[in-house]
Amino acid sequence: MNIGNLVKIAISSLFRNKMRTALTMLGIIIGIASVIAMVSIGQASTQSVKSELSSMGSNMIMIMPARQHRGGVDMGMSSSKSLDDKDLASIQKNTRYVAAVSPMVSSAKQLIYGNNNHSCSVNGVSDAYLEIRKYELADGVMFTEEDVKRYNKVCVIGQTVVKELFTNGENPIGKSIRFGSIPMTVIGVLASKGQNGMGEDQDDIVLAPYTTIQKRFLGINYFNMLFASATSEEESELAATEITYILRSNHGIKQGATDDFDIRTQEELVSTISSVTGLMTTLLAAIASISLVVGGIGIMNIMYVTVTERTKEIGLRMAIGAHNRDIKLQFLCESVILSLIGGIIGIIFGLIISYVASKLLKMPFVVSQMAIVLSFVVCALTGIFFGWYPAKKAANMDPISALRYE
Amino acid sequence: MGKDILKVERLERVFRVGSEDVHALRGVSFTIQEGEFVSIMGTSGSGKSTLLNILGCLDTPTAGDYIIDGVSIRNLSKNELSTLRNRKIGFVFQNYNLLARTTALENVELPLFYNNTVPAKERKERAAAALKLVGLEKRMEHMPNQLSGGQQQRVAIARALVNDPVILLADEATGNLDTRTSYEIMSLFQDLHEQGKTIAFVTHEPDIATFTTRKIKLRDGQIIEDAPINTQSAAEALAAINLQKED
Ligand SMILES: Nc1ncnc2c1ncn2[C@@H]1O[C@H](COP(=O)(O)OP(=O)(O)OP(=O)(O)O)[C@@H](O)[C@H]1O
Ligand SMILES: [Mg+2]
Repeated sequence: MNIGNLVKIAISSLFRNKMRTALTMLGIIIGIASVIAMVSIGQASTQSVKSELSSMGSNMIMIMPARQHRGGVDMGMSSSKSLDDKDLASIQKNTRYVAAVSPMVSSAKQLIYGNNNHSCSVNGVSDAYLEIRKYELADGVMFTEEDVKRYNKVCVIGQTVVKELFTNGENPIGKSIRFGSIPMTVIGVLASKGQNGMGEDQDDIVLAPYTTIQKRFLGINYFNMLFASATSEEESELAATEITYILRSNHGIKQGATDDFDIRTQEELVSTISSVTGLMTTLLAAIASISLVVGGIGIMNIMYVTVTERTKEIGLRMAIGAHNRDIKLQFLCESVILSLIGGIIGIIFGLIISYVASKLLKMPFVVSQMAIVLSFVVCALTGIFFGWYPAKKAANMDPISALRYE
Repeated sequence: MGKDILKVERLERVFRVGSEDVHALRGVSFTIQEGEFVSIMGTSGSGKSTLLNILGCLDTPTAGDYIIDGVSIRNLSKNELSTLRNRKIGFVFQNYNLLARTTALENVELPLFYNNTVPAKERKERAAAALKLVGLEKRMEHMPNQLSGGQQQRVAIARALVNDPVILLADEATGNLDTRTSYEIMSLFQDLHEQGKTIAFVTHEPDIATFTTRKIKLRDGQIIEDAPINTQSAAEALAAINLQKED
């Protein structure tokens, strides 16, 4: 018998029992839909975390004082005052792969302008900070080295701060904001960056010369952190090595002793997070594939019952001239069609679920072609694998006893 | 004289049940010629169905030879036997064996799906023509459960005819029907016979056998009688019981 006839016979058999066909498909539909949804949601979250991190500057390097342990007690990050002007100067001078470096000291302050006030943390940085963190100016200028040298009371503010303080739409440039009791002049406004991956508002920010914060606000001479950028993404490891070398020698750390600082490259962070989310995606897909197997067994179950129930039909088909092969292929074809159509519907449902999820979780909508192709192949294989045994059973029937079957 | 459609020689069929042999057929020989309408009679268990299954190539004999339309089935493979059934034999069963939830037309089309020599577009035409031949041209789109027993048997006969077989084989084809409907079906078989069809008809009802042209009687797997019959007209018999009804 030719394939066209075979498919026609299989389809009309499936149509003859629509309810059973639909219920059998349901298992496959749920299986495939969950695999597709899990894989796309997993990949979407990986992608959103990745793009988030690279929007922070993919060649960024963070240098923090190491957490200090004394007698097993974690003293916290700020217990270390190891990073200072000397470190900053030697990194600026003695490196090949560090393009820019900026210190950071933070101080939480109440900002007041007219009748409006707003609490946020004020970051003391150098003029290199914008480049390192990929911020851009919407208006005005960034403070200069000159401002840093003179502890000038100038600042650059983010859009959220503008919104909170300048409620009647005035131009903030040139205005004076009070930081607690100290007035500072706004000389620049940053372009909006929106939320980052953890839902933090990146526009709720105030930048000032680090010297101003150190001397006028806090009265300290160390930094909370250093931000650096490597000359390129590929060279961030080299840059990190250079910085490690410089800091160790500056801090007089002997060979074999541990660093009193932590260096994190963005690249490291990206690969750590991607591997975690990748593992999660695999795990979710694995759990979802269990339901696919259950769906496949559902097909086998129904096909098996079907073959017994249709013994008479099988006998008749043999009596009117069907070869054993025709019978086998018919049942195999039925189970493959069943699982393929179930698979297509499942893929559609899976995509709908992942679309809705991406909207709800504010993630990109990722269509994983690999998952779709793979699901399709798995469906066909499921159909063949779980249809094989029932089909073989049907084909091996003896026509006379099949016809007599009650 | 017509040509020989089928010929059996010293046919034997032994079933093995446990450690015992059941001799269903013990050396049956006869020839059916083109255009004959043969009834095969006998008590229950005499081997009628066993014989018919062998004639229909559903079963193979333990010993003896069987030649249908010039082909000996002795050395044929399973697939060759299937093809032979498809092209040369039309089966009519006691319980119709129609596919449920499938229209009369599609039921009749079925054997053509297993016949590659019939193109797809010809299938519907041939099925419709066969249904017309059995008087069901107005019931083509009906499902089996929307048809009476007699009509279902007509669909089954149309299905047996659709591949234009050399012989129609019927096993108790009127067994599930009342007398009136049985006579109607026999009248249809007589019409087909008149048009030149060769028919072998298993029955255990003597009155049904009178509508055929030759009677083969079995007992214990052997032929005890093989003789021509003084053929009655089923149409007339039908008219007679219709008259009785009106009284
Ligand atoms: N598959 C089988 N296995 C064992 N014995 C069988 C088988 N088929 C038939 N027989 C035996 O062969 C003998 C003939 O059976 P068969 O069915 O041909 O009788 P029959 O003439 O058709 O009877 P009925 O009028 O009741 O249909 C019986 O004794 C039966 O028990
Ligand atoms: Mg019988």
